[in-house]
Amino acid sequence: MTLPPLPDSAIVLRDDATEWRAAVRAAGRALTRSGATREAYTDRMIGVLEEFGAYVVIAPGLALAHARPGPDVVRNGLAVVTLAEPVPFGHPHNDPVRVVVGLAVTGADEHVASVAGLANVFNERSAIERLASAATIADVRDVLDGADRTAPSSEATGDPA
Amino acid sequence: MRIVAVCGLGVGTSAILKANAERALDRLGLTADVDASDLAGIASAAADAQVVLTSTELAARVREALGRTWAEIIEVENYFDVDEIGRKLDASLG
Repeated sequence: MTLPPLPDSAIVLRDDATEWRAAVRAAGRALTRSGATREAYTDRMIGVLEEFGAYVVIAPGLALAHARPGPDVVRNGLAVVTLAEPVPFGHPHNDPVRVVVGLAVTGADEHVASVAGLANVFNERSAIERLASAATIADVRDVLDGADRTAPSSEATGDPA
Repeated sequence: MRIVAVCGLGVGTSAILKANAERALDRLGLTADVDASDLAGIASAAADAQVVLTSTELAARVREALGRTWAEIIEVENYFDVDEIGRKLDASLG
């Protein structure tokens, strides 16, 4: 499963956000900077949390910031923002957030597979910790590319029972 | 057997939940169709489903949207914990 593109310009290390809106905004800026979205998408990602609550904190320490496809999505894209200090998003089990992954997709159905590729990355238990403590862009890439590199044989070797 | 994974939008987290539910079912030796849905479409998506998977954060709204249903609603805390998903599916289906 191929992940949406993650250019270097969409990776932010040790952002100084101290509350969830600022953390999501950092992911939105990264998506816009990398050419995946226009600025309005950031406000829509924040709107998702305002409407549905902190369910986007889908694992301990990890928020998947995203919104529906729309005219402000230029192309599919990912962003990775690590936080200098953990930030509470209001989730009963998975707070505080240390890594925000921003996701933009141009259409819903055809991208379910690429989004599911994130499962290949984060099913590795150490992935969130390794991302949170990444010192360089290369460190981030190591975590995310791990799934792609092993993809051809992932069912046999990348998915230990 | 049908399982529906539901999130607010149906484009991000439900796709991850669907992928890991399929993985968990595989480990349990069970087969089921797993679909992803958003909250707005859950009533029709889950019409003939046995299980609805969602986040603890969304469970109340899923119940409200479903109304009277035969489907069991399973709340998942960590979407990347295939063991957790498998344990909860096994308890529900086994």
